Amino acid sequence: MGSFKPVLLRNRGVENSRSLKVYESRGGYRAVRKALKMTPDEVVAEVKKANLRGRGGAGFPAGVKWGFLPKDRTTTLLCVNADESEPPTFSNRVLMENDPHQLLEGTIITGYATQAQIAYIYMRVEFHEQFHILQKAIDEAYAAGYLGKKILGSDYSLECYLHRGAGAYVCGEETGLIESLEGKRGWPRIKPPFPAVEGAFRRPTVVNNVETLSCVPHIIERGADWFTGIGPPHSTGPKLFCISGPVNKPGCYEAAMDITVGELIERDDMGGGMLPGRRVKAIFPGGVSMGVLTADELDMKMDFVDPGNHGLLGLGTAAAVVVDQDTDMRMVLRNVARFFGTESCGQCTQCREGTAWMYGIATRMEEGAGRIEDLDILLETARNMGMMPGLSICGLPDGATYPIETIVRKFRSELEEAIRAQAPGRVEAVLSAVN
Amino acid sequence: MTAAENAAEIEALVAAHRPERESLIPILQDVQRKYGYLSEGTVTELARLTGVSANEIYGVATFYTRFRFTPPGEHTIRVCLGTACHVRGGRQVLGEFESQLGIKVGQTTNDGKFELERVYCLGCCALAPVGVLDDKVNARMAPKKVRHLLTKYGKRDCEKDAQTR
Repeated sequence: MGSFKPVLLRNRGVENSRSLKVYESRGGYRAVRKALKMTPDEVVAEVKKANLRGRGGAGFPAGVKWGFLPKDRTTTLLCVNADESEPPTFSNRVLMENDPHQLLEGTIITGYATQAQIAYIYMRVEFHEQFHILQKAIDEAYAAGYLGKKILGSDYSLECYLHRGAGAYVCGEETGLIESLEGKRGWPRIKPPFPAVEGAFRRPTVVNNVETLSCVPHIIERGADWFTGIGPPHSTGPKLFCISGPVNKPGCYEAAMDITVGELIERDDMGGGMLPGRRVKAIFPGGVSMGVLTADELDMKMDFVDPGNHGLLGLGTAAAVVVDQDTDMRMVLRNVARFFGTESCGQCTQCREGTAWMYGIATRMEEGAGRIEDLDILLETARNMGMMPGLSICGLPDGATYPIETIVRKFRSELEEAIRAQAPGRVEAVLSAVN
Repeated sequence: MTAAENAAEIEALVAAHRPERESLIPILQDVQRKYGYLSEGTVTELARLTGVSANEIYGVATFYTRFRFTPPGEHTIRVCLGTACHVRGGRQVLGEFESQLGIKVGQTTNDGKFELERVYCLGCCALAPVGVLDDKVNARMAPKKVRHLLTKYGKRDCEKDAQTR
């Protein structure tokens, strides 16, 4: 703990931090020069050694992912996943707003490491201002010779295109993103083949998250040993954390992955504690799809390992939202169920139908017509639709069921109490209206 | 195509993109930006120009929340009910918009001035709850801010009301 010197957010708050000039004056684009003097394999090896795990949610090591590219390939594409859609996550937005050139530098180095010819930045359409910020940065980078033909006089060339999504959560899944990029419905693909073998336009493709790529220049410049010196061995490097809900200072903060959920809420340089009169009742620490913690679990470490010890799917996007003591968990359950019911792409039956059923049940419960057995139906549905039991094409249903399952399991007594307190006859009235 | 749309304009929008399948979504976005929505006539015209069937264009467009097939209100209000906004009172804000405008979510006012949508997470949760008017994000919304905001965007009976106060 103690004072953490920001790495990814070091330029936040600096005047004109978005401009190439300021970025360069603060040491920017030095890492590209260094990388271009290394061989691509040396760059990959350094990132592997740093154990840079993907920041987009799954935590897969980036260097290993790059290693899956076939050796005999002739074309390689790089997709930058800027489709940040997981509620309540906004760290990629903060990075792109404050330091677009940091992302571009990471993209160029990764492009070089993987020998990509084209980089597509796939950005969610709701990012308006950010689209223009990044486009301006791309234009500046082209003009300065960091992008385009023969970058900085080397033999390496990279074209970079900014591509806007059209509003679909599932396009954050890498093969959904690829389909959308190709101008189709954002339906995730069956794997294998994995994108590294056959991705966008049937070419070998690497997909990496904005924050993951933003880490790359720092690894190259300061070395893998510096990176692994930050945080625990399984969760290396600087990390962005979001905190929102009824706290004093909702926002995006940077730290090593050795902080606890409680610290993220309480620390003065982070959430700054709960608003007056509000107490933590529940918290979704890694984006809603990872599942929920109770107020007794605030000692959970925000790293890649500890969330699993608390029945969560993972660290996710490391974006926490706090639920206070006056919020009815039935309302939270319904809110989460609705989101995934809306966002299921509809390809896999059990996800399409399962999320819709869970939303239906959660809605009825919130309207005061729940049954005790509904809780078991929710748990059973949740167990039978994800990628983990090997039933679905992508991980969306896992993300849909972890919050439902953890809310029901960890807040069961509250939910049961609410059901027992319902007006008599409500259930029968509602169910007979349905039938 | 309606009278407001024009085959030559649509052709120019399509011609600005590479003649590849992956240009479809950017083309649809440009067309919608210009006309506010994708009319049946426009989609037919796009099918002719791109060689992608109207059926498939609808297939793609309906997948994404951004595309719409009916004319929008002059101003679009999007109230966020993502988890962070929800726990900080987004629903009350939405309710206030509904009662001030006299419409339900998903509807447009009779004068075509405002339409009300509900969205789920816009990625600015630290500002929760938010209400987006056209493309401007209004942070930390509260029911009592709704009237003022609508007045600013030209809701007439609000103006009258405000003057008599």
